[in-house]
Amino acid sequence: MGFLDTLLGRTKPVQPKLDDLFALPSAAITLEAGAGFTPTGSGSVCFRPVEGRSFADVQKDVTDLLDMSAGKEGALPVEVSKDDYGFTWVVDSRMSSEIDALVTDLHAVNSALVDNGFGPQLLCTLVAFRDPEERRLALIYLFKRGTFYPFAPLSGEKRDNALELQVKGAIGPDLKWEQDLGRWFPVWGAPGL
Amino acid sequence: MAARTRYAPDRGLTARMTATMFLLGLVFVAFVALIVGLMSHYGASSALIVFVAVVVGGGFAIGSLFYSDKIALRTAGAVEVTPEQAPELHGVVDRLCALADMPKPRVAIARSPIPNAFATGRSADKAVLCVTDSLLARLNKDELEGVIAHEMSHVAHKDVQVMTIASFLAIIAALLIRFSFYGELFGGGGRGRGGNNNGGALPILAILMLVSIVVYAISFLLIRMLSRYRELAADRSGALLTGQPSALKSALIKVSEGMNRIPTRDLRAAEPLNAFFFAPAMKLNARSSLSTIFSTHPSLERRLEELDKVQQQLSKAG
Repeated sequence: MGFLDTLLGRTKPVQPKLDDLFALPSAAITLEAGAGFTPTGSGSVCFRPVEGRSFADVQKDVTDLLDMSAGKEGALPVEVSKDDYGFTWVVDSRMSSEIDALVTDLHAVNSALVDNGFGPQLLCTLVAFRDPEERRLALIYLFKRGTFYPFAPLSGEKRDNALELQVKGAIGPDLKWEQDLGRWFPVWGAPGL
Repeated sequence: MAARTRYAPDRGLTARMTATMFLLGLVFVAFVALIVGLMSHYGASSALIVFVAVVVGGGFAIGSLFYSDKIALRTAGAVEVTPEQAPELHGVVDRLCALADMPKPRVAIARSPIPNAFATGRSADKAVLCVTDSLLARLNKDELEGVIAHEMSHVAHKDVQVMTIASFLAIIAALLIRFSFYGELFGGGGRGRGGNNNGGALPILAILMLVSIVVYAISFLLIRMLSRYRELAADRSGALLTGQPSALKSALIKVSEGMNRIPTRDLRAAEPLNAFFFAPAMKLNARSSLSTIFSTHPSLERRLEELDKVQQQLSKAG
């Protein structure tokens, strides 16, 4: 935000960065080799809906689009749910080997929102992983920063910080990591995780 | 990026705020010019008074800027809370920070029967956000999110810094009024020793006092006006951030209702913090136009009107 904007008290809503998301498929391979986690095939996009008709229309178009492409390729239809904080999650499920297609789907949701002028409403994208011991892990992409962070929930709203840091080390420079640990916020009960 | 945006700035508000700040700057320049003129005309006898006022005033301003968070938390009786102690509040703040791409402020809760919130701190990194327990009890999640988005907008707009700088002039003017008043009371002894500037001291102090009073009055009104515009700007940015102007509107209504139900004795205790609050804790007689000029916050009706504009802007089709 520029000096003049500060002085005049007008915030420019932050536009999301979408492109760094495509680093995920290669990072997933590194993660499997280094820590044994594989993609579950499900991923989601989280955004803050805007009240009123025009956003509802856009949201419907997006889910219709994904459902259509899902019908063709034998994937499951998308699920839309709302969390406790009023944020909407669009969950896309594919085969666990189809992480490229999953990322493409998620990108389609993101760019549809951006194209319709709702880019500032995008919060994060989440891609879920599991290891053979059934430990849960998500790699979360922060749209406004263009960075990733790991999130490993345990039961009862606790998180496995050691595992998160291990995953970050295992993937290394394949992903642009969020350096400010204060922004690694927990997403308890995120759909698709 | 070629993507179109639905978030155009409010030109009217920008223009009014610019005009207010321009006037404040004009008063400041006129004040400095007058003092320099007075001093060169009457000699340096009053230079010391002005110098002391600037140093003390500057000290006040810098001190209040640096300790704003601690002073405000102490005055409000607020306690910082960890994510474990207040997971839901932290969850709301986390999400809004990620949406707005801001560093996360510290979060505090104050025990108070007044449903309210404030944010302070000299920079976004040092910011602290405080809500009262009755606000948490009275608002639902969407409304709480609206209030917090409003406060985060204050942080993003650097309102603490802007208002401190804006108040600098008024602080110096107020100090000069006081100093020249005492100077006139006790000025007799000093004049005897100096000898050569005899007779010059008394009128210059009177003129200085008069000028300072006028400057103080004008800058006081301008600062209040600026504060009201910045509240509207924070409402607007907050509503755009969450995309839910209606939730902010209903929070505003609930909070102002809560204010009116509380006895005035409690409200006066919170008065020094008024400028940072989400809604003003102390109200002058609500309907008179005088109260509008003097208050730090715009009227509820005005704020709701502005939020209606945001709502229309967001729901515009296409």
